[in-house]
Amino acid sequence: MILVALPAHLRTLARVQGDVQLEVAAPVTQRSVLDALEARYPMLRGTIRDHVTLERRPFLRFFACEQDVTFDPPDAPLPEAVVSGREPFFIIGAIAGG
Amino acid sequence: MSKVRVLVGTKKGAFILTADGKRQNWEVSGPFFAGWEIYHLIGSPADPNRLYASQTSGWFGQIIQRSDDGGKTWETPGGEKLPKPGEFPSGMSNKFVYDTSPETGKPLTTHQWYDGTQHPWEFKRVWHLEPSLTDPDTVYAGVEDAAIFRTTDGAHSWHELAGLRGHGTGPKWQPGAGGMGLHTILLDPKNPARMYIAISAAGAFRTDDAGKTWKPINKGLHSQYIPDPDAEIGHCIHRIALHPSRPDVLFMQKHWDVMRSDNAGDSWREVSGNLPTDFGFVIDVHAHEPETIYVVPIKSDGEHFPPEGKLRVYRSRKGGNEWEALTKGLPQKDCYVDVLREAMDVDSLDPCGVYFGTTGGQVYVSADSGDSWAPIVRDLPAVFSVEVQSLP
Repeated sequence: MILVALPAHLRTLARVQGDVQLEVAAPVTQRSVLDALEARYPMLRGTIRDHVTLERRPFLRFFACEQDVTFDPPDAPLPEAVVSGREPFFIIGAIAGG
Repeated sequence: MSKVRVLVGTKKGAFILTADGKRQNWEVSGPFFAGWEIYHLIGSPADPNRLYASQTSGWFGQIIQRSDDGGKTWETPGGEKLPKPGEFPSGMSNKFVYDTSPETGKPLTTHQWYDGTQHPWEFKRVWHLEPSLTDPDTVYAGVEDAAIFRTTDGAHSWHELAGLRGHGTGPKWQPGAGGMGLHTILLDPKNPARMYIAISAAGAFRTDDAGKTWKPINKGLHSQYIPDPDAEIGHCIHRIALHPSRPDVLFMQKHWDVMRSDNAGDSWREVSGNLPTDFGFVIDVHAHEPETIYVVPIKSDGEHFPPEGKLRVYRSRKGGNEWEALTKGLPQKDCYVDVLREAMDVDSLDPCGVYFGTTGGQVYVSADSGDSWAPIVRDLPAVFSVEVQSLP
């Protein structure tokens, strides 16, 4: 079971509390996690990746095991701790403000 | 007794204000969609309990919300039900993709950028939602970068009416300082095939065949800030309003100038008259008096607040040119708020109620056609839009 930590606004939109739990078939990658997330929570489609190009929205970042994996290839395997569900896959909004 | 429901979109969420026909005691509910920008919140004329909201965010993009119970509960159409295993969700309430099909959309690839070069169309947000007058499931959406979309399935899916961008002047359209948004959509209640739209900063356009083809309707507009002040397109229109009994008569608040057309936009003439400044954003028409119109003058394009720090609505009972200041109940010193283009509306009670919201978070009501005003709320986030429903 994969854990995904969403920004607060997307938790509200998806009507979930806490981390999201997803079944993701191997190989577990950014792309497969996001595909599973959007299939399970259709209202999130377009909020993390563009509908058509599937490019990440510019003010979002992806973290795993305290590492910024935003610019890793989307089909690169995620760390084993994420695959095993010990660590969440974080989707984080950029901090804005003065 | 009849009642009114005021739908308010703000920079940080939506609010719903309700009162009976006296319009004195108000109940405030919200915030809905807290923390998100609500560009527009509007009800269907065909089913007042069907509401639509444009919810946007710089982080997460566009969401369309829908309510079927007058705003008590909301859903994202198409996103509310889980797809079956192996299926993708059928609905895409927030999917606005420009038409690039070879048949209708292929040439519609670029518009003019700030520096005069060509720039690809990029969807940013929905500025305006205009529900059909007869079908609660049909809604038009005006978007940035400027285009018009339509849903006929209650916002489950949206499709562009590409004839607007493709009618010929699209490559010359250029964004204003606030972006290139299609912010005004007016449906002709007497002619279902006729629609008017306005774009900042391209101008006004009309279709007479339900959106298949469009033509610019900017003759008579004069804008000193563009290379050719009398150009066919390029005018920064802020708002257009009409009275449903006379849909060929249009009133316009342009960047500068208040204008009027008596022939469905074929030509315009200035009716700014004695206004203290003819810059502003909102314009609206009295519900029962087609020649009574309202504007809120703003000092200038560089200073978006009322002249002299006095918040004044101006009313003309003669369709323009002769204006009177309406000040009773409005702050007459040290007031430096703005009133944005979507933030004024009227109810259809008698006497007609007039409403507007400010960037300072106030929503004002006049239950006597503008003679006197009172705040409904004073401390909301900056108000983007105000829509009023008159309910039985």
